[in-house]
Amino acid sequence: MRDADGFGRHPAHNRENGSFRTRAPGPESSSGERSRLSPQLLAQSRPEAGDFCQTRRVFGALIRIDSVTKRYPDGTVAVDRLSLEIPDRAITVLVGPSGCGKTTTLRMINRMVEPSEGTILLDGKDIQQQPVNTLRRSMGYVIQNAGLFQHRTILDNIATVPRLLGWGKERSRARARELMDRVGLDGTLARRYPYQLSGGQQQRVGVARALAADPPVLLMDEPFSAVDPVVRKGLQDELLRIQEELAKTIVFVTHDIDEAVKLGTMVAVMRTGGRLAQFAPPAELLTDPADAFVEDFLGTDRGIRRLSFFTAAGLDLLTAPIVAVDATAEQIAARDTADVPYLLVTDLDGRPLGWAESGELTAGSIETDRLLPHGRPFAAGTDSLRAALDCAVLSPTGWAVAVDGEGRAAGVVSQQTIAEAIRGAHANSARTTQKVAP
Amino acid sequence: MNILNYMADFLGDGAHWTGYDGIPTRVGEHIGYTLMALGIAAAVGLPVGLLTGHTGRGGNALALIATVGRALPSFGLMVLMFLLLGLGMAPVLIPLVVLAIPPILVTTYEAMRSVDPAPVDAARGMGMGEPEVLFRVELPVALPLILSGLRSAAIQIVSTATIAAYVSFGGLGRYIVDGLYQRDYEKVVGGATLVAAMALATLALFWAVTRLTVSRGVRGAGTG
Repeated sequence: MRDADGFGRHPAHNRENGSFRTRAPGPESSSGERSRLSPQLLAQSRPEAGDFCQTRRVFGALIRIDSVTKRYPDGTVAVDRLSLEIPDRAITVLVGPSGCGKTTTLRMINRMVEPSEGTILLDGKDIQQQPVNTLRRSMGYVIQNAGLFQHRTILDNIATVPRLLGWGKERSRARARELMDRVGLDGTLARRYPYQLSGGQQQRVGVARALAADPPVLLMDEPFSAVDPVVRKGLQDELLRIQEELAKTIVFVTHDIDEAVKLGTMVAVMRTGGRLAQFAPPAELLTDPADAFVEDFLGTDRGIRRLSFFTAAGLDLLTAPIVAVDATAEQIAARDTADVPYLLVTDLDGRPLGWAESGELTAGSIETDRLLPHGRPFAAGTDSLRAALDCAVLSPTGWAVAVDGEGRAAGVVSQQTIAEAIRGAHANSARTTQKVAP
Repeated sequence: MNILNYMADFLGDGAHWTGYDGIPTRVGEHIGYTLMALGIAAAVGLPVGLLTGHTGRGGNALALIATVGRALPSFGLMVLMFLLLGLGMAPVLIPLVVLAIPPILVTTYEAMRSVDPAPVDAARGMGMGEPEVLFRVELPVALPLILSGLRSAAIQIVSTATIAAYVSFGGLGRYIVDGLYQRDYEKVVGGATLVAAMALATLALFWAVTRLTVSRGVRGAGTG
C-alpha cells in the first residue's frame, strides 16, 4: 500500500506546480506534438513526477485484448473477434459510427460487459482472475454527462473510490482537494453540489473522481460529447496536459474523428458489426487509410487535417520585407525590391501592424490605419503547417506572418513556400510513418 | 357557528383531558395503531419496493398487488377479519396495513426507477457492490419520493384508524362512534377535529423528516 505521506501533502506546493489553469502551455503541448509520439518515446519523455506521488507513482498498464467477441442472447454480435494491444502510458482512442461496438469494447475492459469469447489481459494477467470490484477500483471510469452523485458534495464525489478502498475520511478529502486543483477546479467549489456546476465543470469533477485513487488505467466513454465545442476543446487540452504528467493508460471512446485525431496516441477505427478497421497512430491514419470505410469516416478534409502533424518550424521565413514604422527612406528603398509585392510594417517593438503594397510607403509618414490587415499570425517555432497555411489563406495578401513567443514578427512566408514545405513534409513522412507503425 | 362551538366546548372541557376516555389516552392509542400499521406496511413495502426498483424486475406484479390493495374496502375488510379472527388487534391492523402498502410499495418502486441511470452506471464502474449502489447511490436520490409515499400511507392510516372503534378498540374513533351512538355531537365534532389535527401533524412531521434526511444536493437539483 502507498503510505499516507505520498498523497495530499504540501497543498501550497501543489498550487504552485500542479495548477493547469494558470500555467502557460508549454511549446510541446500547444502544438499537440507530445500526443503524437510513439508510446515508447512517450514513456521516455514523461516529465518528472512533480508532486503527485513522490514515492511511488502509478503509471499506466498494458491492456491486451485477445480475439474478444461479445454476442448477446438474441444473436446480435456487438464485438467480433477483436484483438488490440493497447499501449501503456498513452491515449488509445476507439472511434467509429454508432453500433460499431466501441463502448462495448470499453465496458469489457472493466467487466461492465462480460465477453462471450476471448480474453483481456491487464499487464499480462487475465482480468477474469481478480474480483470484479477490485478490478474496477483499479480503473478510473468517466462517462458522458459525468454521472455525478447529486446528493454528495463535489469533494465527496471525488473521494468516492478512495473511500471504497478504505482510506480515512480526512485523507480521502485531502486527496480530493489535490485532484480538484489538478483538473483545474476552483477550491471554492468543494462544498457545492453537482447541480450548482456547469456541464464542463461537472465533467472535470468526473475526471477528478476517476483519478482519485491514482489508478493505472482510465476508461473514458464519450466523456466530452455533451458539452459545447468551446468547453470541449478546453477539456481536451486539459486531458492532454494531465496525461503529460500522469502517463496513465487511457482508453477513450468517441464518435468524433477530430477528437480521436487530437487526443489519440493510437486510434482504433471500428466498423459496424464490431470489427476493427484500422489501428494506427493518427498521422498514419490520415496519410494511409486502410480502406474505403476508414477513408470515408475520416471525412473530406483529411489532407488539411494531416498538416497539423507537420511542424512549421522548418519554413523558410523571409525577414527582408519587414520594416519598422519609423523606417528611414533608405531602409524602405533597400527592402522595396521587385520580387516582394508587399511589405510588413511593424511597431517599434517589432509587432506586426499590417501590410503595405510595395512602393507605397513613404518614410516618416506611414499611416498605420491605412495598412492592410495582417490577419492572425502563427507561432514560428511551435505551430503546425496547418496553422501556417490557415494564416496564409486568411491573409488578404496571401502571405502569412510568423511571430515569436513575444508576438514580434519573426518573418513572413508566402503560400507558395508553404505549399513547397507541405510537399517536402509528405515526401518525408512517407518514409518515417512506416517506422512508427506498430 | 355550531361546529366551532362544539369544538371549543369539547376541547375546553377539563373532564375530557383525563381518564381512560380522555384525549391524551385516545390520541396515544391512535398514534399507537398508526405506528404499528405504518411499521408493518413499511417493513413489507420498503424492502420489496427497493429491491424491485433496484433490479427493475416485478414491476407488473407490483402494479397488480397495488390495484387489488386499493380496491379492498378497509371497513369491510375489518368486519370480515373480525368475524374470521374474533376480537383482537389483528382485525384492526390488517385493513390498515393493506391500505398503506400500495402507496409505499408503488412510490418506492417508482422512486427507485426514476433515479438517473448514469450515476448508477458510474458507481458500478468504480467498483461499488450492489448493496452500496442501492443504499449509497440510489436511495439518497430516491428518498424524497419514498418519503412522500410513506407520508400518504401515514395520513391514510391516521384517517382510517377511526374504524378500530367499531370493534371495541380505542383511538380517536371512539369519540365519533360513541358520540353518534349517544347523539352527542359535541363529541363527534371533537373527535373529528382531533383526527384532522393529527393528519396535519403527520404532514408536518414528514416535512421535517424530509428536511433532515434529504441531501441539499438532491433538494436543489429537484427544484431546478
